Amino acid sequence: MSLLSVRGISKRFPARRGMVDMLRGRPKLAVHAVEQVSLEVFRGETLGIVGESGCGKSTLARCLVRLHEPDAGAIDFDGADVLGLAGPERRAFNRRVQMVFQDPYSSLNPRMTVGATLGEALMVHNVVPKAEIPRRVRELLDLVHLMENAAERYPHEFSGGQRQRIGIARALAVEPSLIIADEPVSALDVSVQAAIVNLFMELQDRLGLTLVFITHDLRLVKHMTHRVAVMYLGRIVEVGPTAEIFAAPRHPYTQALIRAVPQVKPGRRSGEAAVMGELPSPLNPPPGCAFHPRCPVATAACRETVPGLEARGGAWDVACLLAG
Amino acid sequence: MSLLSVENLHVTFSTPRGPVHAVDGVSFGVGAGEVLGIVGESGSGKSVTLRAIPKLLHANATVSGTVRWRGEDLHAMDDARLRAVRGGQVAVVFQEPMSALNPVLPIGVQIDEVLTAHTQFDAAARRKRGIELLGLVGIASAATRLGQFPHEFSGGMRQRAMIAIALAAAPALLLADEPTTALDVTIQDQILKLLLRLVGELGMALVLVTHDLGVVAETCDRVAVMYAGRLCETGTVHDVFLRPHHAYTHALLRSMPGEGAARSMLVPIPGQPPRIDAPVPGCAFAPRCTFTEARCATTRPALVAMADGHESACYAAARLGSEIAA
Ligand SMILES: Nc1ncnc2c1ncn2[C@@H]1O[C@H](COP(=O)(O)OP(=O)(O)OP(=O)(O)O)[C@@H](O)[C@H]1O
Ligand SMILES: Nc1ncnc2c1ncn2[C@@H]1O[C@H](COP(=O)(O)OP(=O)(O)OP(=O)(O)O)[C@@H](O)[C@H]1O
Ligand code: SF4
Ligand SMILES: [Mg+2]
Ligand SMILES: [Mg+2]
Repeated sequence: MSLLSVRGISKRFPARRGMVDMLRGRPKLAVHAVEQVSLEVFRGETLGIVGESGCGKSTLARCLVRLHEPDAGAIDFDGADVLGLAGPERRAFNRRVQMVFQDPYSSLNPRMTVGATLGEALMVHNVVPKAEIPRRVRELLDLVHLMENAAERYPHEFSGGQRQRIGIARALAVEPSLIIADEPVSALDVSVQAAIVNLFMELQDRLGLTLVFITHDLRLVKHMTHRVAVMYLGRIVEVGPTAEIFAAPRHPYTQALIRAVPQVKPGRRSGEAAVMGELPSPLNPPPGCAFHPRCPVATAACRETVPGLEARGGAWDVACLLAG
Repeated sequence: MSLLSVENLHVTFSTPRGPVHAVDGVSFGVGAGEVLGIVGESGSGKSVTLRAIPKLLHANATVSGTVRWRGEDLHAMDDARLRAVRGGQVAVVFQEPMSALNPVLPIGVQIDEVLTAHTQFDAAARRKRGIELLGLVGIASAATRLGQFPHEFSGGMRQRAMIAIALAAAPALLLADEPTTALDVTIQDQILKLLLRLVGELGMALVLVTHDLGVVAETCDRVAVMYAGRLCETGTVHDVFLRPHHAYTHALLRSMPGEGAARSMLVPIPGQPPRIDAPVPGCAFAPRCTFTEARCATTRPALVAMADGHESACYAAARLGSEIAA
């Protein structure tokens, strides 16, 4: 029942070397942004993706919608090989899979009014007859709680959270089957955020929308996702049912992450950091388990063996030599 | 004495469709070593308030009111003096990094520009400081990263690069607009601790705009709540969160995802904020409020003191206080 099936995709970005590095014969560096990620997204579910800043979540998302070509691996959407799509099939894919970008500021055309941006999406994909476009634009803006005159305004005339909602409206416009949303509610206050989250859950229940939801907000992940995938330095380290993972996380990184959620009780934060130790770099990932330099329970084996993502005594997959 | 004091700030944007009243009479102060949080509905004027302080608004903005920096009228300064203060003593972390970073300059050059303008460091010291700054905000392989462009950074790395640029000249006041929204909890924790250390050890003043009430609870001394361009409530975080005296604050705190069952519907505040293209009569929250009285719709409530440093602009303040205590 997978809608989207990802097998072993990797994406590396070569880093420029300075002239000195080149002359001294230092090796070429590359950012290992996504490393051999395999993942299933089931029809009608919400899959959360969480992980440290810079661990490869946006790069993975961009590979899924073919904004990046992965260096290796394969992606199937609804039974078709995504990386081989061309022509009308590619266009159909572009409509059925929509992305909400992390950075709304650079994903909106500054010279187009919001009404024109939404209207263009509706027109390109022939979603509604031309005469109905203005009405549809108004409906979309209302869905994401934007003011009635938003259609006539340009992106710079909005607040950060308002622009974020324009991005959501644009993704919803073409009635996709799958939305890959990269931090879609990170700039919203809790009340507007609640309205948008309710909207996503409603669309899912009513229309069977499938949602991949990248976010740093673990409270939200716990509340609205069915399953969650945890990434660390380009790899998935734990994936499974949200409720079970939150109740008893098995990967030491997931454990640290869940412990670090800020509390809403007033009072200055405690002294110790959630995950300590040397920061890893995707330019030079540690050998063995990439988490070992910071892991409180690492053993000698962790420094040598890359743990595979496997079921280890739980009903979900974990990439840790010591789990289960 | 306050390092920064803002009095009766108004910001109006002129647009082809008429004026937009984004900030409507906001006053507050921040002292050395103090952290003020600003929270409020999306679109309520938090960013515009912050950007108005060092005069960094779009050209279509008209600003009135007084902004004093160490007692001096910031908005009356000539351009050279303003430029010296801005980026040096007063630094800003913008909400959307891509709107503030220069896309065609490597991150290292953008840090270097601030250091050149506001410090006496020579080139070698500036490079060393650049590496140190990226390290402080948790960016590994800093020497290589200095040579990269903004588009080669992840969303959260761009945000942290901007924090590094803002901190480069060791500002006395940091105006930070959602500085940790793109960060996971562990790096957010690290950044907030870094900022609190600068506040505690160097006496930096910090104004922190955020919608994350957990962040406010854990880092701020005082909090100001905004709605439709106005301040509705200010006070210590403890007072405002545990005994809200404004109906909007009360409703906002209730919409947090909390202990409810998984995938149960959350509780947003019903309705929409008022249009701000015309002056808003009475209390701006009245149309959505469940505590209204007749005068709410017609007469604007003033910010009045409740208890020690706790102020609210709500006619139902006393009722709210007793309801929550009960
Ligand atoms: N276009 C690019 N060119 C070079 N490097 C890139 C590019 N895009 C991403 N990277 C690098 O790939 C790594 C992963 O970045 P990505 O944006 O996927 O992280 P992320 O998990 O989305 O982080 P965040 O939570 O901060 O948004 C980072 O080290 C980043 O510097
Ligand atoms: N240049 C502009 N021209 C016209 N209107 C503007 C302009 N900039 C902002 N606004 C309007 O001013 C209001 C306040 O915007 P501001 O960015 O301060 O909101 P905010 O409280 O920071 O919201 P968010 O939490 O979504 O970032 C918004 O309604 C916005 O649409
Ligand atoms: S003044 Fe009236 S409308 Fe405004 S918040 Fe208070 S009770 Fe509600
Ligand atoms: Mg990202
Ligand atoms: Mg803002």
